[in-house]
Amino acid sequence: MSTTAELLKGAAELFPDEVVTQAHVRHLDLPFGAGRFALITLDNGFDHTKPTTFGPQSLANLDTAIDQVEAEAAAGDIVGVGITGKPFIFAVGADLKGVELLKEHKDALAIGKGGHEVFKRLSALAVPTFAYYNGASMGGGVEVGLHCKYRTVSKALPAFSLPEVFLGLVPGWGGCTILPNLIGADKAVSVIIENSLNQNKQLKGQQVFDLGIADAIFEGADFLEQSLIWTANVLKGDVEVERPVIDRGEAWDQAVAKGRFIADSKVHGAAPAAYRALDIIAAAKNGDLQQGYDAEDVALADLIMGGELRSGIYAFNLVQKRGKRPAGAPDKSLARPVTKVGVVGAGLMASQLALLFLRRLEVPVVLTDIDQERVDKGVGYVHAEIDKLLGKGRINQDKANRLKALVSGVLDKAEGFADADFIIEAVFEEIGVKQQVFAEVEAVAPAHAIFATNTSSLSVSEMASKLKNPERVVGFHFFNPVAVLPLLEIVRGEKTDDASLATAFAVAKKLKKTAVLTKDAPAFVVNRILTRFMGEIQNVIDEGTSVEVAEKAVEPLGLPMSPLVLLELVGPAIGLHVSETLNRAFPDRFTVSPNLAAVVKAGKRGFYVYDSGKPELDPEVAALLKQGDVVLTEEQVRDRVLDAVAQEIGLMLDEGVVAEAQDIDLCLITGAGWPFHLGGITPYLDREGVSERVNGKKFLEPGVASVPA
Amino acid sequence: MPRTVRDVVFVDGVRTPFGKAGPKGIYHETRADDLVVKAIRELLRRNPGLDPKQIDEVAIAATTQIGDQGLTLGRTAGILAGLPQSVPGYSIDRMCAGALTAVTSVAGSIAFGAYDAVIAGGVEHMGRHPMGEGVDPNPRFVSEKLVDESALFMGMTAENLHDRYPTITKQRADEYAVRSQEKAAKAYANGKIQQDLVPISVRRTNAEAGETGWGLVTADEPMRPGTTLESLAGLKTPFRVHGRVTAGNAAGLNDGATASIIASEDFARENNLPVKMRLVSYAFAGVEPEVMGYGPIPATEKALAKAGLSIEDINLFEINEAFAVQVLAFLEHYGIADDDARVNQYGGAIAYGHPLASSGVRLMTQLARQFEEQPEVRYGLTTMCVGFGMGATVIWENPHHKDAGGNK
Repeated sequence: MSTTAELLKGAAELFPDEVVTQAHVRHLDLPFGAGRFALITLDNGFDHTKPTTFGPQSLANLDTAIDQVEAEAAAGDIVGVGITGKPFIFAVGADLKGVELLKEHKDALAIGKGGHEVFKRLSALAVPTFAYYNGASMGGGVEVGLHCKYRTVSKALPAFSLPEVFLGLVPGWGGCTILPNLIGADKAVSVIIENSLNQNKQLKGQQVFDLGIADAIFEGADFLEQSLIWTANVLKGDVEVERPVIDRGEAWDQAVAKGRFIADSKVHGAAPAAYRALDIIAAAKNGDLQQGYDAEDVALADLIMGGELRSGIYAFNLVQKRGKRPAGAPDKSLARPVTKVGVVGAGLMASQLALLFLRRLEVPVVLTDIDQERVDKGVGYVHAEIDKLLGKGRINQDKANRLKALVSGVLDKAEGFADADFIIEAVFEEIGVKQQVFAEVEAVAPAHAIFATNTSSLSVSEMASKLKNPERVVGFHFFNPVAVLPLLEIVRGEKTDDASLATAFAVAKKLKKTAVLTKDAPAFVVNRILTRFMGEIQNVIDEGTSVEVAEKAVEPLGLPMSPLVLLELVGPAIGLHVSETLNRAFPDRFTVSPNLAAVVKAGKRGFYVYDSGKPELDPEVAALLKQGDVVLTEEQVRDRVLDAVAQEIGLMLDEGVVAEAQDIDLCLITGAGWPFHLGGITPYLDREGVSERVNGKKFLEPGVASVPA
Repeated sequence: MPRTVRDVVFVDGVRTPFGKAGPKGIYHETRADDLVVKAIRELLRRNPGLDPKQIDEVAIAATTQIGDQGLTLGRTAGILAGLPQSVPGYSIDRMCAGALTAVTSVAGSIAFGAYDAVIAGGVEHMGRHPMGEGVDPNPRFVSEKLVDESALFMGMTAENLHDRYPTITKQRADEYAVRSQEKAAKAYANGKIQQDLVPISVRRTNAEAGETGWGLVTADEPMRPGTTLESLAGLKTPFRVHGRVTAGNAAGLNDGATASIIASEDFARENNLPVKMRLVSYAFAGVEPEVMGYGPIPATEKALAKAGLSIEDINLFEINEAFAVQVLAFLEHYGIADDDARVNQYGGAIAYGHPLASSGVRLMTQLARQFEEQPEVRYGLTTMCVGFGMGATVIWENPHHKDAGGNK
């Protein structure tokens, strides 16, 4: 059994590039003569744009700092120990880069143990310990504070979370064990499970206090001063800290059950982290902290060595990094300024786009359509949405006035677009119509104006082919609901020039969208994969497998919704249209389901009725279905569907639709809501052996989204 | 429209502990505006009877209004302190008498009826903003001999004042300085000072300056208790060869901030705010810039005349100790002994430090405490010298005195 210092030294050697956090110990005299106090400041030496993290050397530094204050406490030189962070940051937890490098279970175990062994010392000191959550606190940052006896939190704290489950870990440096014992299992489940699985929702300072995680809350302007004054009062006995008694009865079990329900509804059993965390929370009911810490160590090590966490970190990095620096985008200095936007069409999609451009770019936005009534309706929609924002307090009256004044609608394109720099069309999805529209726009728009098309499946090059300046056309494909899904597929046509493309990326960034560059290939990325995926489901149903089995077959993936529910959301008619487009392009792989065609023809909006509260196959739809007699098992269905997806992605990469598999995954996460634990999809296909079975090789190198070789 | 002049009172005052300017000083990595903000917030915490919405103005002084002391500090500090957006603010500059002028300016407006309650204070972070930063004196000052070249160097003006008062020797100045340190140490021991200090959290990243990380400042850094005549005797006289002014008998270069609540007396009483001092009169006067330390004398003459009082009526003095010689010149002028018990009872800037534009409110806060302790004293004054040849004096009445308020 090695000592903590040895443990951390070994771990530090595996991670030479750690951004090391120092644990500064400084002494001060508390107010009111409360005595001499040691304050530990966690600081990695960078400003707030590089938040403080805990790698092995950082933990070793904290361990050394605790050596010092432990001796001082034992000698009676100090009356208490505090811990806080650099300006705006407390600490944001374990350094994920270090976790990615771990190759062996024993090293992963050492990380868990190392954190526990160091943090535990804070609660074992001979004097009371205080954590001052001054700024962003996540994961291990939150946990180091949980090991202290008392906590204060800044009202200005913008983000506080235990995001481990979101990434595929458990809060394993005491979080799963201490938090339920501090604030009760129900609230702990909310923080550890519900917030994590709810797109990693962050708590604000006030919520941290209201939940009972912090004992006192102070405003940001003099947070540390007031925290230290409070500390002095606590130490002198002038302030008594009261905490509610934790319900260790049935409420605890109910909270864990609630957590399982939440996990099931989000990941459908497909990712282990939430369930491992819940097991530890359930066991923490007996209040035995060490037993909990041991369970955390094992869970951490197992998860670190498992595929879901690697996928989770991979996905997190895609969204946080690759999503912000799109692969293949031209130099941003080529982008032209966009000071006015034109929208061709005033239907619902066009109006949503107008609203988005208006809110993000805050430049004049002009809608046009074929008659005044449609134009008025489009502008009216935008005005109504602005009023909704005003009503919710998201914008103030001045901003509402400004936005309303910026949006207008005209019938005459010459009047509307003569000085527009960026014109996007969202008219009927028919190539002739779109060519006609762009020709009309080109006749009146300035020579430098970019033409963007929101087409989901038509060829951008073909759309541009009849123009005098086809180099100005780019595909700009949003995902519904436009305000919610971050993905924007930016399509380079055959003749699209770098300036147009750079402008499109610059606009995407202002729109706060995750832009991915794609080739002008049929249906681009997300729709092509989803259509292949859905098509295969549809095929097995058509061939004879029951709807129920087909749907259940892909449940283990933990997708946000079942294939047929997704089809209902998209609209069967649109689904059919896209499958027809792809069938024309790739008839050998994309089929047009006669059953789907029948459902569309019958005017049905979906496959299910919800009269009982649960989705049940609509009897009218059931009557329409004409099935064959090939009945597959769930496993057989799943293999077929995944094989199809792996094949399609392999072909797309061969065709150069996107730069790398990473872009496919980024698209699926941000455009289709496919989960982090799948890493989009290619890490999952690699891990399950599908890639090798279908394509003879993996999509990603070992270590990219898996345990390094 | 007929107007009634309203009585103006000093409700309360606080300050940050003062620090030594420079890379090893406690505030080296602390912003000047944050010092003011924390002083204002403490003032509001101490006076919950004052609804922040009712504050009519925030007047904050700074000599070097650049960077974190610029941007119309009264306004920005108000927002940073969490005051309602409806509360306006502005910046003031009269060098060393900045905070004092903030008080008198708002007091005049209160008397006139423009305001009911105001925050007035000052800040100087001489580490971040050394004296003379960014100045651009008009060349005519020199070419036309409008002022002597020594006028811009405060230490030189102090030497010039020694010339004007030949009987004020270095020995007398050092003796005065030793007493200031002794009195300050005693005031600390008796808890007179700490009660009006705002604790300030300070960060240090430079290990050469001491322990790194966050700390808390709860006491003045410049104080040198145990200072003796012998220890002062050997100090250099940097402003003149064989001169008399040393680092020991002058205030240092310091960082700090002060803030006070000034209100109409009626408003204070209606809102159950403390009334610690009542404003009697104030005056400013100009003198030759090269002997700026003489300034408190004509300023006091004017203030006494306006109040209809004589120097004998004043029984407590808070004189800013920019230089010992400037206090001694004042005392010599009025025939008051160097060690008169009425003068700077808690010691002065030689011990605590003198962050230029903040100091005026420190004098007032200390005088207010002395009024509280000594109800037999009816009048006191706060006075200071000001760069470029000025003096500033405010005369206060002790509301605890039995005859205070005249016929009220």
